[in-house]
Amino acid sequence: MIAPLKPDLITVNIDGKEIAVPKGTNAIEAARLVGVDVPYYCYHPKLSVVGNCRMCLIEIGMPAVDPATKTPIMDPATGKQKINWIPRPQIGCATNASPGLHIRTNTAQIKDCREGVMEFLLVNHPLDCPICDQAGECKLQEQSTGYGRGYSRYVEQKNFKPKRTQLGPRVMLDDERCILCSRCIRFCKEVVKDDVLGFIDRGSYSTLTCFPGKALENNYSLNTVDICPVGALTSTDFRFKMRVWFLKQTNSIDTESSVGANTVVWSREGVIYRITPRPNDGVNDTWMADTGRELFKAVRAPNRLTAVKLDGLDTSLEVALNSAGAILKAAGRTVALVGSGRSSVEEHSLARKLAETLGASTHMVSRIGEGDRMLISGDRNPNVRGALVVGLIKKLPTEKLTALGGAIDTGAVTVVVSLGEDLHAAGLTAAQLAKVKIIYLGTHADTTTKAAQVVVPTLTVFEKSGTLVNQQFRLQKFAKCVPGPAGATDDLAVLAKLVVTAGGTATLGDLPNVWASLATTVAGLAAISYATLPDTGLLLDSTPFASLPFCEGETFHYQPAATTATMKV
Amino acid sequence: MAVIPLERKPLTLIERTYVPQIVAGLKTTLTHLLRPKETLEYPEQRPAIPAGYRGVPTLVKDPHGREKCVSCQLCEFVCPPKAIRITPGEIAPGAPTSHVEKAPQEFEIDMLRCIYCGMCQEVCPEEAIFLQNQFSMTGYTREEMVNNKARLYELGGTLPDQHHKWDKKKTAEEHGNDRH
Repeated sequence: MIAPLKPDLITVNIDGKEIAVPKGTNAIEAARLVGVDVPYYCYHPKLSVVGNCRMCLIEIGMPAVDPATKTPIMDPATGKQKINWIPRPQIGCATNASPGLHIRTNTAQIKDCREGVMEFLLVNHPLDCPICDQAGECKLQEQSTGYGRGYSRYVEQKNFKPKRTQLGPRVMLDDERCILCSRCIRFCKEVVKDDVLGFIDRGSYSTLTCFPGKALENNYSLNTVDICPVGALTSTDFRFKMRVWFLKQTNSIDTESSVGANTVVWSREGVIYRITPRPNDGVNDTWMADTGRELFKAVRAPNRLTAVKLDGLDTSLEVALNSAGAILKAAGRTVALVGSGRSSVEEHSLARKLAETLGASTHMVSRIGEGDRMLISGDRNPNVRGALVVGLIKKLPTEKLTALGGAIDTGAVTVVVSLGEDLHAAGLTAAQLAKVKIIYLGTHADTTTKAAQVVVPTLTVFEKSGTLVNQQFRLQKFAKCVPGPAGATDDLAVLAKLVVTAGGTATLGDLPNVWASLATTVAGLAAISYATLPDTGLLLDSTPFASLPFCEGETFHYQPAATTATMKV
Repeated sequence: MAVIPLERKPLTLIERTYVPQIVAGLKTTLTHLLRPKETLEYPEQRPAIPAGYRGVPTLVKDPHGREKCVSCQLCEFVCPPKAIRITPGEIAPGAPTSHVEKAPQEFEIDMLRCIYCGMCQEVCPEEAIFLQNQFSMTGYTREEMVNNKARLYELGGTLPDQHHKWDKKKTAEEHGNDRH
C-alpha cells in the first residue's frame, strides 16, 4: 500500500511539466495530477506494488551533478542542468517521486514498449469481446485502442485454458482472459486476509486458480470482479444480464450497516442491474461487501407494497391519509411513533415533526449483528445517528419494543404509527397488535401490514433521494436511481401530508424545503443543504452524542470511542 | 384587369370525324402491346432483388444450424430509431453450443420503428444479423409488426459462414494445449 503522504513537497518534472508533490508519491499518481495518462493493469492505489504487467513503463532521469564536487553539470545547449536519463525504461508504479525526478512518457521508446507489452498481452487473449461482460469497461480494450499496435501479427494457435470456472458462489473465472496482473490475489491476501487465490504453471500456461480445497467465498469476493482489469473474473449475478454501456450510474449509499459504504447503482430504464463501490478514502476506500450488492433485489420483491389500503381494502392516498389523520386526532395523546433506523435524515426530521404535533412517544428498533471489522459494522441500521442528530430519539434504540408493548397493555397507547418497521418482529404480540390501530408507512408486506388499519406504500432507498449519517457521524447523500413503482409515494410527501391531516402546520414534503427547515431547526445541520453536500460526505459534530454506548466495533476508517475507554479499564 | 374573350377555332371536317385521334391512340396502344412487358404481376411475380439490398433485418444461423447471435447488444446500441430490444441469456452448460456461452433469450425488432438503415448489420461482430431480400412487412396489429426471435430466424434462414470462429474455438478446447 502507499505510504501515508508526508507534508514535505518536492518538485518533479513530468513530460516537461513541473509539479510539486509529496515526497514518495507514486509516479503514476504524480502523472495523473498533471493530466498525463500512464497506462497500467496490475497497479492499484490500495494494493501493494508488484510491477508484473510492465504496462506503465516510463523513462526516468535525475539532474546531473559532478560526482566529485557535487556541483550541477549544465547543458551548454539549453543552459539548464543536464539530465542523466536511465537508458532503459522503468516501471512507473514502482517509481517514487524524489527531488528533481524527471519523467518522460511520450518518447518513441516508451511508445514502442507499450505496443510491445500490449502485443504480448493480446497473444493469448481470446476474441471474446462480444460475449465478455467486461466489454465497455475493459482496460485491455481501452489500452489496446490507446496504446496498441492496432493489428495482430500473431498467426499461431492461441492457448487453451479453463473457461467457466466457478471460483466461489459469486465469482466466475475465465482463465483465457486473465492477463496475470495478480490484483485479485493481492486483494484477497492484503485486504480480506483470506489467502485463497494463486497462480499455477509457468509462462504462457500460467493459470489463476483457487488453492486446493478452498473457494473464493468471503463476503468481499466481488471486489475482485471490480478490480479485474479484464473480463477474467465476472459476477455470477450480473453475468450476461446487460452490457455496461446501457447502464446509468447513480451515486448511492450501502444501507446494510452503519458503515455507509459509498456505492454506484447501475440501472437501465428503471431496472437496477448491479451495485458497485464508489471510492471514498474516508469510508470504504474502493471496496464494499457482497451482501450490499444484492440489496437492490428488494425493489422488485414479490411482497413489495403497491396499493394504498384502508382496513384491508384498496383506496386512494387522499382518503387513506385523511382517515389516518382522523384516527390520530381521535387518539389524542395516546399515539406512539415507531421510527426506523433505515429512514433518511429528512424522514427522521418529518417524523419528529409528526411526533411533536401529536405529542407522541418515539421508539426505534435496533438491528444488532456481528461486525466483520471491515465494511459491515455491528449496527445494521444505516441511520440511527441521523435520528439522534435531528432529535427524533434521545437514546439508542432497543432490540425489542417492550416499553411500547407495556404501554399498549395498560392502554396508554392506542395508535401506533410505524415507519416501515415490522412491529411483530420487534416483539409486539399479535394480541397487542390487535389492541391498537396501526398506521403503516413502508415498502414491503409483513405481519404488521396485515394488522394495520392504514397502509401507505413508500419508496426504497433506490427510488428516492436523501441523506444518511454513518457511524463516523458522516452525513452522506444518496440519489434517486430508478422511479418508484406505481402506487408507491415518496416518504417525505406522505409524512408531510400526515403532519397536516394530524393537525400540524403545513410543510412541503420535498428535499429542498426539508433541508431549509433542518438548517434552521437543527443546530448540527446549519449551513448544509442536500445540493451542496459533497459526494464524499461531511463529518458532523459527534461530541453531543459521545456518552451514548454505540454498539459498533472497529471497521475500516472507524475506531469506536468505547474501545479505548474499555481498554483503559 | 382586362378580360380577353377568345374565339374557339371551329373543328375541320376531318377533325370532326375523330378518326386521326383514334388512329394515333391505337398506334400508341399497339406499340406497347408489342413491346416487352415492364410491369410485374405483383404479388404473384416478384422483382429480382439486387445484391446489397436492405430489406427486413433478420437473424441467420450458420451452416450447422447454430444461432450466430451472441446477444452482444451492439445492434441494440447502434440502432438509431431504437427498434431492437434484446434480452441476453446464457446457453445451458450441457448444450452442444455451450462453448459460445451467450445467446439471446429474446430478440425483438419493431418493424414500425425500423428505418432499414443497415447499421445493425454493419456493427454485428458475429455476422448474425442481415438485411435480406424481404421488402414487404404487413400486419393488422402493432404486435404483429414486432418480429420476435423465432420469426427473425424464420425470415433469416441459414447463410454460409466465412470464419467458423466458434468451431475453431471448440476444436481447440477439445484438443487442448500441446502441454509441457
